[in-house]
Amino acid sequence: MKEVKAVMAGNMWKIVVAEGDTVEAGQDVAILESMKMEIPIATEQAGTIKELKVNEGDFINEGDVIAIVE
Amino acid sequence: MIQKILIANRGEIALRIMRACRPLSIKTVAVYSEADQEADFVNYADESYLIGTPPVNQSYLDTDKIIEVAKKAGVDAIHPGYGFLSESKLFANLCEANDIIFIGPSADLIEQMGDKVSSRKLMEEAGVPIIPGSKDVILTAEDAIIEAKAIGYPVMLKASAGGGGIGMQIVSDPDNLKEAFINNSKRAEQFFGDGSMFMEKLLVNSRHIEVQLLGDHHGNVIHLYERECSIQRRNQKVIEEAPSTFISEKTRELMGKTAVKAAKSIGYTNAGTIEFLVDENENFYFLEMNTRVQVEHGITEEVTHIDIVKEQIKIANNQKLSISQSEVNLSGHAIEGRIYAEDPVTSFPSPGQVTHYREPVGKHIRVESAISGPSAITHFYDPMISKLIVKGSDRNEAIKLFQDALESYELKGIKTNIPMLKAIAQSEEFINGKTTTDFIEKNKTKLHEIIQEEL
Repeated sequence: MKEVKAVMAGNMWKIVVAEGDTVEAGQDVAILESMKMEIPIATEQAGTIKELKVNEGDFINEGDVIAIVE
Repeated sequence: MIQKILIANRGEIALRIMRACRPLSIKTVAVYSEADQEADFVNYADESYLIGTPPVNQSYLDTDKIIEVAKKAGVDAIHPGYGFLSESKLFANLCEANDIIFIGPSADLIEQMGDKVSSRKLMEEAGVPIIPGSKDVILTAEDAIIEAKAIGYPVMLKASAGGGGIGMQIVSDPDNLKEAFINNSKRAEQFFGDGSMFMEKLLVNSRHIEVQLLGDHHGNVIHLYERECSIQRRNQKVIEEAPSTFISEKTRELMGKTAVKAAKSIGYTNAGTIEFLVDENENFYFLEMNTRVQVEHGITEEVTHIDIVKEQIKIANNQKLSISQSEVNLSGHAIEGRIYAEDPVTSFPSPGQVTHYREPVGKHIRVESAISGPSAITHFYDPMISKLIVKGSDRNEAIKLFQDALESYELKGIKTNIPMLKAIAQSEEFINGKTTTDFIEKNKTKLHEIIQEEL
């Protein structure tokens, strides 16, 4: 089990996977938006998206867990 | 005569413009979003109006709302600052339709120079050297591959309507071009509502050197010499200096003359900047024209003793330029560091609460800041908090002043790029003037080591 964490604080602009999806290592899970910049957040580990911890439009702090990959 | 100005902007530039208005006995009007209720510029203005919620399209880009406030407050003119509506043809037109002076060039010029493809054409006609690149906009990845083959790799892919480094990417081979085209075109569509792209040949070891211009409504155009802005991250400037350390006196004069000739040929008015890329042999090529006041205008003011914002207002007032080209003299050396709310190593944004703030002070230090004490830096807007400007009698002195001012800059509560600025300022490459546009990328390892030691 591996947590996908936010590398910066900002607004959860888009979540590009759904729970149950199979993901590869390095695949984008979500796109964070902050200070006119968009940063794609990728999973380091391949597997299945077990849980999405946030919703689009949520404010996320640096280090917050976005998804859990199993 | 202009007696009251609405500043359609926020942060440090809103304050900078308002401070230029006071000595001219011009009243100032601020517009602000809910995120900026406590901001310094809101307090400083003679009148302030809340115009909406924090997202920019609900406030700082809400043209109807801004015009409504302008009419209610009875302003004669609107200063758009940089970013936001400063290069919006629609907004400039809207001002005119409502009998409000837009402090900037005409809407038509904004449009012509805002489009990278049409501006290249205009500049080429005006005799300005341009970088080899695509003649027209590129709409598909397949066409991009054909164009790139003709230009020769590596190429710089750019969004036609772009700015701020968004939609830009260096591509070295056809395999990567397809993906890069699709991604950047998509981003450009999301950001600017226009996914069309173009590309230019990538110049290696090049420098970003730009010429500041002022033009009045009586056919006079002068240049205020150049700024070198090569040190960038994500194609956004981090450190700028004036004059350039690199170009010869002969190139300096030629660049100035070329920029003036180009501006005259298009009938340019108000403040503007022509950006050039300069190669290792001092050949310079047109990059783009910014039809507004720029973030880094302050360093030009320091070395020319000309107040650019004040000149903008006078030009908008239909006054003739009070200075002739021969009266523009350079003295000393100025350096600016942009203080960003970001991680010094990854450059990722770091919004949050500034808990402690203290600026460096001194005879040769100028800080243009959005804040003056503990403040919230929100994720809604640009990460730039302030600009630290120093002026020395020569470059060596300016570097020492810059290093010293950075040391005494106190900002706590959020991460900033101050450690990165310090690392750059003390690096041998910077001190030796080896400032090419790939500076940060090229010296990454060394800079990160210095930052780690500092932290």
